[in-house]
Amino acid sequence: MSHEQFEILSNQAVAACAILYFLVFLAQVAAWVTRPRVAAESTSVEAQGQGGVAVAAPPATGGPVSDRSDYWSRIALTLTVFAALVHFVALVSRGLAADPVRVPWGNMYEFTLTGTFVVVALYLAMYKRFSLAWMAPVVSLFVLTVLMLDVLVLYEPVTPLRDALQSPWLVIHVVAAILATGAFTIGGMCSVLYLVKERALARGRGTTGYLASVPELRSLDRLAYRWHAFAFPVWTFAALIAGPIWAEHAWGSYWNWDPKEVWAFITWVVYAGYLHARATAGWKGSRACWVALIGLATLWFNFVGINFFFGSGSQHSYAVEVVSRVVGG
Amino acid sequence: MTLTSTRPETPPSEPPDLRPRELLRWAWRQLTSMRTALILLFLLALAAIPGSVVPQNGVDSLRASQWREQHKTLAPIYERLGLFDVYGSPWFAAIYLLLVVSLVGCILPRTMVYWRAARATPPPAPRRLTRLPEHRTFTTTVSPEDVLDRARRQLRRRRYRLAPQEEGTVAAERGYLREAGNLLFHVAVLVVIIGFGLGSLLGFKGGVIVVTGDGFSNQLSQYDDFTPGTIFKPSQLEPFSFTVHDFHVDFIKTGRSAGAAHKFYADLDVRKSSGSSSTRERISVNHPLTVDGTKVFLIGHGYAPHITVRDAEGNVAASGPAVFLPENESFTSFGVVKAFDAQPTAIGLEGEFYPTYAFSNTTGPFSAFPDDEDPALSMLVWRGKTGTDPGSNQSSVYALDKGDLTPLKTSKGVQQRIDLKRGQTVQLADGAGSVTFDGVSRFVRLQVSDRPGSGTALVGTVLALLGLLGSLFVRPRRVWVRVSDAGDGRTLVEAAGLDRSSGGDLSGELDDVVTGMQEST
Repeated sequence: MSHEQFEILSNQAVAACAILYFLVFLAQVAAWVTRPRVAAESTSVEAQGQGGVAVAAPPATGGPVSDRSDYWSRIALTLTVFAALVHFVALVSRGLAADPVRVPWGNMYEFTLTGTFVVVALYLAMYKRFSLAWMAPVVSLFVLTVLMLDVLVLYEPVTPLRDALQSPWLVIHVVAAILATGAFTIGGMCSVLYLVKERALARGRGTTGYLASVPELRSLDRLAYRWHAFAFPVWTFAALIAGPIWAEHAWGSYWNWDPKEVWAFITWVVYAGYLHARATAGWKGSRACWVALIGLATLWFNFVGINFFFGSGSQHSYAVEVVSRVVGG
Repeated sequence: MTLTSTRPETPPSEPPDLRPRELLRWAWRQLTSMRTALILLFLLALAAIPGSVVPQNGVDSLRASQWREQHKTLAPIYERLGLFDVYGSPWFAAIYLLLVVSLVGCILPRTMVYWRAARATPPPAPRRLTRLPEHRTFTTTVSPEDVLDRARRQLRRRRYRLAPQEEGTVAAERGYLREAGNLLFHVAVLVVIIGFGLGSLLGFKGGVIVVTGDGFSNQLSQYDDFTPGTIFKPSQLEPFSFTVHDFHVDFIKTGRSAGAAHKFYADLDVRKSSGSSSTRERISVNHPLTVDGTKVFLIGHGYAPHITVRDAEGNVAASGPAVFLPENESFTSFGVVKAFDAQPTAIGLEGEFYPTYAFSNTTGPFSAFPDDEDPALSMLVWRGKTGTDPGSNQSSVYALDKGDLTPLKTSKGVQQRIDLKRGQTVQLADGAGSVTFDGVSRFVRLQVSDRPGSGTALVGTVLALLGLLGSLFVRPRRVWVRVSDAGDGRTLVEAAGLDRSSGGDLSGELDDVVTGMQEST
């Protein structure tokens, strides 16, 4: 296949996986609709029984599971696996579309394409261990929305990597950064659901509908923590080790106080605050959730905002190519 | 993070009484409390924000000075607040120094607590194991001693530390490394700060533009911009020098990325010390030149058209390459020529250079391609006011300060604009002289920097990461097993566990231990 054909394949695969993610969402809605309308109270009590270990305990969803509902859940899972495969094809063919062939991490469009894939991959990897079926609607809707924005706003045709990006550190630094971003994002989803569910429970709701299938608050809090605890060291490596080493090679200074670096540092500090705060009693639950969400906001702002608002001021700007100041960085 | 006992979570908020010693103690407790550490951490994040919004002197001095030009009222206020140098400002330093003190205040007592805890034996079993959230009970025909033996074997295999033998119970604990990792992380953060501090105290970063064929020797006076560390001395500069022999760049000519530059490199003839012979070294993006710790990076390039200005008397008032700074992707570049020695009045030129000249009615002249395929100059002409010396108040080599200058008018009464292709000469109006565009050289923008302590900082971050992994993923746990006689020759076994961290699958591990006790023979 020629490079152009690979590019077309990549674009078609993105469209196809977006449709699949939508089908995942529909299947999950079907699973939810076909779930018997029994108050979920009994199961959530059972889930609480072992003091937060419910996360690891089957069955997959909190509510009593009917055959039909279970059937739709499994359809949703199968569709997610398919969607992820197509998503992966989109990524690989994007890399193959470049001449010379390269890693698909040259611009914002490609970062976002990879980031959404990582979110799905992490979700699937932990699906069984953490019993994540209840996350399917959130994950599919999120990935679908971000992919649509990616295609509509950020799309760029395939171009070769600029000189400054031609370094093995690109792979190391970017893979780690995207992996951490994906995990922080899923952790953030748990935190949002925690806040939503807590609020609903406080108003006497939350035991029916979608929120009933969401694990009880303590498990949710613990789950959020585990995602963050995984993501934080990865982020530390990406932003504070791999990044500076590459910067030392490329720009001659391991830390330049470039806006992107400043915000990566801010993100690190906020999440460090999250872990610190959570370790001391009294900061579990909603307060910790808010800190995590602030962290997520700084992370996404760094990814999107810096490129658009600070443009030429950042050596990390991949939204607009500015060659005037820097050769290629 | 887990041992909160040594860090009062909420310190007494009122100072007890005003005797100096008590006050000092109170202040110390306030400072080293967890809450203060958290507040300082968030303050540090907040304080870092302005530095990403306001252009920083140390990051991009050109942009910072442009910003000052554009914001005449705000600039002095910002200057006073240190907003052009946030990361070197006293208030930023105050936050991280307080954080360091807080960190030390946290590490020291915790290390002592850990020193004792790490050598302590696991605590004896609580009286009623079934009260713990995680517990299992079963009966077996195996004798009590054998059950306990099996339990010990199971727990040892899982790397639990066992308490000395005690009648009828086993007490075990694991995960001592969690707190060690935690302490390591905090100490490593200090190491990073020290390494970083060394760099910003002793290091330097300088930028210089060198036209190909010209040389550079590593002395303070040769730099265009120079950011020294706080206690940096110019005598620290390594005595090397080099000549930029050649600079190479490829521009993609066809396809959708046409105009993108790639494969840059510069060949330098380097003398590593004043007496030594020169060697040819190639530098490119991601591949700097290193001389005794000082690194020379290729960070930019552009054009330096050779322009000769002759004055009214026909004497050469300025000649040679003039550096024009690129303004966009196609290298439309802006520059000036200062022929202030021209007679009878000084001559100044200001305008643009187009490497591949093109013209359209909507945009006027522009550059169609970044390579120098059809270079052209288009500049406005200024002359000095009589009786002034325009050379005395020029702040930058790359801009024309027009305080003492006035437009040179043509016979039609408009300011003269000269448009030149390579090799052409234009006569100036009013017989002021002539300008010749002789040719084009390229220049390279180099960054020369030395950051001592970078190795220390790197070791620090790697240790911090290791410590972090330990503090997050080592699970401190206690497990107790107690046996008693259940009658009919059977043994009643109670096992219970306590997870002292958040997260982790204690239930599963306890199940495994219990299964192991039942199965193993």
